[in-house]
Amino acid sequence: MIVFEDVGFSYERGVPVLEGLSLSIHAGECVGLIGANGAGKSTLMQLVLGLLPHNGSLRVDGLEVEKKNLAEVRRRVGYVLQDSDNQMFMPTVLEDMVFGPCNYGMPRAEAEARADEVLAELGLEALRNRYNHKISGGEKRMAAIATILAMRPSVILMDEPSATLDPVNRRTVIRAIGRMEQTRLIASHDLDMILDTCSRVLLLSGGHVVADGPAEAILRDRALLEAHRMELPLCLQRL
Amino acid sequence: MEELAAQDSPVHRLHPLAKLLVAVGYILAVMSFPKYALTGLFAMLLYPLALFQLSGIRVSTCFYKLRVILPLVCAVGVANPFLDRAVALRVGTVAVPGGVISMLTLMLKGVLALMASFLLVATTRMDSLCASLRRLRVPGVLVTLLLLTYRYVGVLVDEVSAMSQAYALRAPGQRGLHISAWGSFLGQLLLRSMDRAQELYSAMLLRGFHDHFHYVAIPPFRRDSAVYMATSAAFIALARGVDLPRLLGGLFVR
Ligand SMILES: Nc1ncnc2c1ncn2[C@@H]1O[C@H](COP(=O)(O)OP(=O)(O)OP(=O)(O)O)[C@@H](O)[C@H]1O
Ligand SMILES: [Mg+2]
Repeated sequence: MIVFEDVGFSYERGVPVLEGLSLSIHAGECVGLIGANGAGKSTLMQLVLGLLPHNGSLRVDGLEVEKKNLAEVRRRVGYVLQDSDNQMFMPTVLEDMVFGPCNYGMPRAEAEARADEVLAELGLEALRNRYNHKISGGEKRMAAIATILAMRPSVILMDEPSATLDPVNRRTVIRAIGRMEQTRLIASHDLDMILDTCSRVLLLSGGHVVADGPAEAILRDRALLEAHRMELPLCLQRL
Repeated sequence: MEELAAQDSPVHRLHPLAKLLVAVGYILAVMSFPKYALTGLFAMLLYPLALFQLSGIRVSTCFYKLRVILPLVCAVGVANPFLDRAVALRVGTVAVPGGVISMLTLMLKGVLALMASFLLVATTRMDSLCASLRRLRVPGVLVTLLLLTYRYVGVLVDEVSAMSQAYALRAPGQRGLHISAWGSFLGQLLLRSMDRAQELYSAMLLRGFHDHFHYVAIPPFRRDSAVYMATSAAFIALARGVDLPRLLGGLFVR
């Protein structure tokens, strides 16, 4: 459960990137976050994790996102970064996957077992002992998603999870997202994926949420999408 | 480096603490040689050579990895021949000034110390090394700093290669970096590596990192490590105390 109340943020004074955001994302909901390049999707996610300071009130599971709650908030929220290169910092994929759980006090053997479970779920067994600097861009993205899933967070934020993935891996990720029971917020330009996975969509433009509603309705609204530098999902364009 | 350290050999299996202590002892011993003790230093070469042999790491790999730093280390003593001209040795009719000998000694010291550090890092995983530092009661902050530096060096190297590649692709036929681009290249490099370091650090925080690493379990201290420490200590003491090459030479030449 994530609650925004009149949340605002600006990188440079006087140039707000997000303004007056008020909305809530309920437990177990899967929400798509769409908007043109530079609309503020990544910024919004970083606010939720307390990586950037915000105005207004922002709560995760009832915890205000502020210094004293940061550790707890970050324990609950898993964040797949837009750039996987920055997500992985241990030498091998496995090391990276056990890093989080071990930090939260899980014994190494148990953490490895969990890592193996996640790898199997995503069909990534072959990546287990590979070196992070020697895997391809898409493999790295899959590995980054795996490191976050291995932490079993109760809220998952994904920034462009399907970018750089081949069709099979993209499907795997879509299926994995669909199976999750956690609260999910997924930012992407892959509107077909959003349509497949999300029940609700937020459209971000000019620092505001300009549309918030059922995915089916928003993603079929050609006029609305085009007004905000977007297009219909490919699967709906051919109709 | 991580890959070398993840290999397996008798040396890799030694206790990290034993390797660390021996390496430090060795480097101190090498550094403590007097400045004209060139012959005595040669005996110290035996230690790295033995380790290369046992660990299955090739000497050429070492020199390849260290190719950037080696010239710097060797440059340290180049002024000596000009400063110290007193004749120290005559080989046939050629007089060798003391400065040349002390320069060679200094260079050899540098190379030996580098080889020893390389061997330590190449046969020991960084996190188990840090774990053993922690066991020696080195403050956690320092150890974490060391580990992070080790990671960030990788980031910096990545950025340099990505940027020079991007540059080369748009500057065909140009060798190296044109002087006019140096300023912005360096500036960008700094900004980019700072950004990445910052993001990597956030990524660590997000996964529950506080201010200490969850260090890996260190393997138990087995007999081979004790043997290794004892032999190395004996060898270092012997090579430091007695000028072995000269002694051996003395047996044959009178
Ligand atoms: N570090 C920064 N300093 C200043 N401005 C920034 C910084 N990062 C992003 N911005 C600006 O903030 C705005 C929102 O950026 P953000 O990265 O959140 O966009 P986004 O919706 O994720 O875009 P994309 O689809 O390209 O990933 C952009 O206009 C961008 O120029
Ligand atoms: Mg973004």
